[in-house]
Amino acid sequence: MSAKAEIEIIEAYCKGCSICVEFCPTKVLEMDAFVVKVANADACIACNQCELRCPDFAIKVHKL
Amino acid sequence: MAYDYEKSIRPGKLPHIWCPGCGHGIVMKGLIRAMDACGLEKKNTAIVSGIGCASRMPGYLDFNTLHTAHGRAAAFATGIKMAKPEMTVICCGGDGDGAAIGGNHFIHACRRNIDMTYVLMNNYIYGMTGGQFSSSTPTGHLASTTPYGNPDPCFDLAKLAIGAGATFVARTTAFHANQIDKLIAEGIKHKGMAIIEVLDDCPTTYGRRNKFRSVVDMMKRLKEIAVPVTAAAKMTPEQLEGKTLTGVLHKEDRPEYCESYAKIIARVQGA
Ligand SMILES: Cc1ncc(C[n+]2csc(CCOP(=O)(O)OP(=O)(O)O)c2C)c(N)n1
Ligand code: SF4
Ligand code: SF4
Ligand code: SF4
Repeated sequence: MSAKAEIEIIEAYCKGCSICVEFCPTKVLEMDAFVVKVANADACIACNQCELRCPDFAIKVHKL
Repeated sequence: MAYDYEKSIRPGKLPHIWCPGCGHGIVMKGLIRAMDACGLEKKNTAIVSGIGCASRMPGYLDFNTLHTAHGRAAAFATGIKMAKPEMTVICCGGDGDGAAIGGNHFIHACRRNIDMTYVLMNNYIYGMTGGQFSSSTPTGHLASTTPYGNPDPCFDLAKLAIGAGATFVARTTAFHANQIDKLIAEGIKHKGMAIIEVLDDCPTTYGRRNKFRSVVDMMKRLKEIAVPVTAAAKMTPEQLEGKTLTGVLHKEDRPEYCESYAKIIARVQGA
């Protein structure tokens, strides 16, 4: 499977709440200490759920 | 290209002050998308708040903004709308600010049906001051001032708004992020008082005390309790136990306050 979007994380804004990790339908994201990271980029279906629910403006979903 | 929120935010203001996982950030993103979808121009838009964590919102938004006294957003917003009826006026704030301390201003703005949109973030608590119970803390729940459980019944804020006369009333939750902008946009387009209640989470002063292990647990609860009004029509009272209706709960046409006021002025001056 190839990624449908490129996920940009703005680490300086991320507060590590893990909302994006929990509700990503294809488990693209993972917590790394207190900041989120892209762990499984190819699985992204570009659904935008992570960006919509990130309270901290820390995720951008760039559709490919 | 990803959605550009930062064009609507004052330069250098991010990261914001809210705690990790606080839903106010999700609501602010929804408000930005809604104003964008309605094509609002910065110079013709005023965003007004009272005091509280939720009420910090206008400080981030690059529009005409007013951070007023506790509970008084609706009162100051009424002044703006009366002086400049051509402006789009939006209030935002918490349940403590809008419906407890400012409850009187809130109900009378609803009664007047003045043309504004009020985004009411209901996180069931006074967050900023450390978690005292508000008029929307559920019965039995824990707050710093109800350590043995809240004995008071709580307001259903959407019902309160409908009863007080608001002509557009909708509800959603911070979990349902893609509904927040749609309902706010509908509220902005509605002529008259539009109330959008967003059930929100305060992990720091409410979640912790009420045995939510994490922000994610609070989000899951918001997901579980929400039932769209359309689906509720086909459900039994037992199935609806503990649920909260979401979507557009009320919509009616009634004369708008600024227009009624202008008509009186025209009549009296013409006489
Ligand atoms: C007249 C007055 N009374 C009390 C306060 C203290 N105070 C500041 S914020 C706040 C509660 C705000 O709660 P809410 O509106 O629910 O917003 P949240 O912080 O939960 O987002 C209180 C009681 C104040 N600033 N002014
Ligand atoms: S866009 Fe959807 S699939 Fe991709 S990371 Fe975000 S939530 Fe996961
Ligand atoms: S939702 Fe936002 S703030 Fe929370 S962990 Fe994900 S990127 Fe970080
Ligand atoms: S105290 Fe509660 S309402 Fe205030 S910023 Fe923190 S989580 Fe949000």
